[in-house]
Amino acid sequence: MDSATSDPRIPLGASADNGLKIVVVGGFGVGKTTMVRSVSEIRPLNTEETMTQAGAAVDDTSAVRGKSTTTVAFDFGRISLDAHNVLYLFGAPGQERFWFLWDRLFSGTLGAVVLVDTRRIDDSWYAIDRLEHHGTPFIVACNDFGGPRHSPDAVREALDLDPRVPLVDCDARSRESCKQVLIALVEHVRGHYAAQAAGSRQELV
Amino acid sequence: MSRPGRDDAPDRLYTLTQGRSRSGPDNPFDLVTLVVAECEPTPGMQSEHVAILRMTRAPAAVVEIAAELRLPVGITRVLLADLHAAGRVSARHPRLAAVPDPDILEQVLVGLRNL
Ligand SMILES: Nc1nc2c(ncn2[C@@H]2O[C@H](COP(=O)(O)OP(=O)(O)OP(=O)(O)O)[C@@H](O)[C@H]2O)c(=O)[nH]1
Ligand SMILES: [Mg+2]
Repeated sequence: MDSATSDPRIPLGASADNGLKIVVVGGFGVGKTTMVRSVSEIRPLNTEETMTQAGAAVDDTSAVRGKSTTTVAFDFGRISLDAHNVLYLFGAPGQERFWFLWDRLFSGTLGAVVLVDTRRIDDSWYAIDRLEHHGTPFIVACNDFGGPRHSPDAVREALDLDPRVPLVDCDARSRESCKQVLIALVEHVRGHYAAQAAGSRQELV
Repeated sequence: MSRPGRDDAPDRLYTLTQGRSRSGPDNPFDLVTLVVAECEPTPGMQSEHVAILRMTRAPAAVVEIAAELRLPVGITRVLLADLHAAGRVSARHPRLAAVPDPDILEQVLVGLRNL
């Protein structure tokens, strides 16, 4: 595990009492760590979760003995929002084996950013499918690697994206751009639950 | 051919937690639960416990503790549950419900816009 233990740890304020999670998920090399680094107040740290090959997370350590295990690594950064709220931003791989751990690690996640490299759009299908399955609100952010521009409509069509899911462009290296992505996500999350609440009120009448 | 490093790892984890399972549904520690020390380390304490009590003099999230200890999150949860059961740390659990409180979403937006 490659932790940034050489960094002096920047402590949180004593009144911090509410941790929040946002997950940045995407294919290999799409810019997840770059995005986390751009907005984080600490250098991104790395950690991992271990699970048995059957896909069960290792919560009973006796089960580890003699069994083959596999490990999913993810990195994370931190943003102190105010005296109470601390947002943790996780960069996580989109591959199949990672989703075994979703419920265990990322249940209660505010929302997700699916980071897409428009040159390799297919890498994102699986993540979008899983997020829909888990009912986690998300937006899609296209990271600009300077290749040929794709129209938003073409990207939407290639991803078969629900028209209600926002699609934004970003530059993962830019703090301001990443900040705008997070704002777009939280605005979408707010709208998502407001629409849900309105829908359930309608069902009642 | 066996690779010693790999074969050691589960045994080390097993020793750390004495083989107990405390990270099932009854373990309340979320990835972002903020942990705060309620006492100073004492002599003879398990070294991981000492490290946790030092790093939680200010609040620290479970995931930060795991990263610093270089241990998987699941094992870190077991260690934290032990300390919590002994009253040595307190836990500030996330307030986010299945449907997030609009007030909290608003606070998050304000915080992000102020970055
Ligand atoms: N041109 C350009 N390069 C970028 C951008 N974002 C990231 N990169 C570069 O792309 C490479 C991969 O970025 P990472 O942030 O490591 O990607 P990742 O998704 O964390 O990669 P893995 O964790 O290995 O899957 C790095 O060399 C970055 O500097 C971007 O917006 N534009
Ligand atoms: Mg990365």
